Amino acid sequence: MPTKTGSARKSVIIGKFIIYGSLIAIASVYLMPLWVMVTTSLKSLDEIYSGSFIGLPQAITFDAWAKAWGEACIGTACTGLKPYFINSLMMVVPAVALSTGLGAINGYVLTKWRFPYHNVVFGLLLFGCFLPYQAVLLPMAQILGILKLSGSISGLVLVHTVYGVCFTTLFFRNYFITIPDELTKAAQIDGAGFFRIFFSIMLPAALPILVVSCIWQFTQIWNDFLFGVSFTAGENTPITVALNNIVNVTMGRKQYNVDMAAAMIAALPTLFVYIVAGRFFVRGLTAGAVKG
Amino acid sequence: MFRNTHLTDRLAKWLPRLVLTPSMVMVLVGVYLFMVWTGWISLSSSRMVPHYDFVGLEQYIRLWSTPRWHTAVINLFLFSFLFLAITVGTGLIIAILLDQNIRAEGALRAVYLYPMSLSFIVTGTAWKWILNPDLGIEKVVRSLGWESFVFDWITRPNFAIYTIVIAAVWQSSGFAMAIFLAGLRGIDNSVIKAAQIEGASLPKIYRSIIIPMLRPAFLSVIVLLSYIAIKNFDLVLAMTNGGPGSATEVPSTFMFSATFRRNQMGVGAASAIMMLMTVAAIIIPYLYSELKESRHAD
Repeated sequence: MPTKTGSARKSVIIGKFIIYGSLIAIASVYLMPLWVMVTTSLKSLDEIYSGSFIGLPQAITFDAWAKAWGEACIGTACTGLKPYFINSLMMVVPAVALSTGLGAINGYVLTKWRFPYHNVVFGLLLFGCFLPYQAVLLPMAQILGILKLSGSISGLVLVHTVYGVCFTTLFFRNYFITIPDELTKAAQIDGAGFFRIFFSIMLPAALPILVVSCIWQFTQIWNDFLFGVSFTAGENTPITVALNNIVNVTMGRKQYNVDMAAAMIAALPTLFVYIVAGRFFVRGLTAGAVKG
Repeated sequence: MFRNTHLTDRLAKWLPRLVLTPSMVMVLVGVYLFMVWTGWISLSSSRMVPHYDFVGLEQYIRLWSTPRWHTAVINLFLFSFLFLAITVGTGLIIAILLDQNIRAEGALRAVYLYPMSLSFIVTGTAWKWILNPDLGIEKVVRSLGWESFVFDWITRPNFAIYTIVIAAVWQSSGFAMAIFLAGLRGIDNSVIKAAQIEGASLPKIYRSIIIPMLRPAFLSVIVLLSYIAIKNFDLVLAMTNGGPGSATEVPSTFMFSATFRRNQMGVGAASAIMMLMTVAAIIIPYLYSELKESRHAD
């Protein structure tokens, strides 16, 4: 085959060219909506209505961002997204901490302290990951009413913890199962108890999955819309609901630059997490799908 | 003293189960009891507030005689079929391209995956703007000189559902790519080397060796995407709000508006149970096979 090397190399180069070309073309399609959102949010309204939506802004202005953050009207309240952003923060922090903490200890029990029917328990939790939430909306609304948590951020924290535990338990269970049982057995012989083993052996070993769980829960809860729109109203809604309300205002000339700035504000926290810890985010995404 | 140690021993034995109890109670109530509860409401005459009488399948009959629900079910099948086919196809192609020893693989992968980190409300808002016929793509193409170009699907009842497919594929194909890529990386290289030595071309190797070996990845992708498709609510709401008219109604938006806007709680509950049964029919066999396999692996 030595005579073929010249043409073979040529076809390899053409092949590489096609591969890189398609990958870059696809990447630009993926980036287009983000590009459009950012550029539109930096344009003035006049420029948007007169120009094309895809080009760079002629004069960059942050007016739309300021308006989306502090002035835009949601219903009758013209407070901008700021209070709703704070709502979402107040919801996401405790809900992530609670669901991850519970998931960690559940995963530990399910792998290191097995009991009869532990697989049934795990199966029951697993189905919770795939539950269509429409099937529990009505009773949940009733229970939140009985608990006097209707329409409150605490109510949403509770809801996200209940349904988040299914995912976090799955993550930790699949992670802890790879840690050899001998480790906990040895610690037990040395006299370490249930919590001692958890806090000084399992939890330190679980740092990577802890990060995965937190990122996954953070994006899920921050991005949630269904629970937010079903269980809260007015000033207690999370940011996704407020964003949808801003965008769906029909009065007057549509302020697309404010809409896009608002969408960017709602997107920034998860985008930031993704940029900082993307590798772990991907692991969280595929954790339920690929057996580790 | 003896009794005391006995008690501590018993406590130590029960401690793990005790620790698991709060979560189990939460899930048994929040998932299983609530599912039954919704089922109960679907068999009652509830309209604005829940009544706990029994009217048999009346609400289901009402549901299935609602034209809007038929639109929703047809849209779900149409959307799911296109969304699955295109997302799986795109995801697989990107994964195969990325698997060719690409230099900037990490950066490209990050670009394909970032939509997954965004809320459907955010991306729906962006796509609604891009597809807006007055200012979006249509205007751009026209300003490039193609004056008669029309791309107003989002405002046309017969086409609006396809615009939701576009946005959903954009959002999820990176996810399919990630699973396929993980599957590709798990394939033993020696099989491919052997085929190459025997003179098989690269496309042939993919078609007859690699893709068949990706079967588990295909199964996972299809199951998870079906779940995303059935759940799809935010994206429809953000892009079209079920409209124009009720053209992009899907079961999840139907359930929401029946329950919270049209005071038909019984019908809403019945539609939720239909959704639940659809998901269960896909997920339970999948979970069963996954759990059975992992038990073998233990």
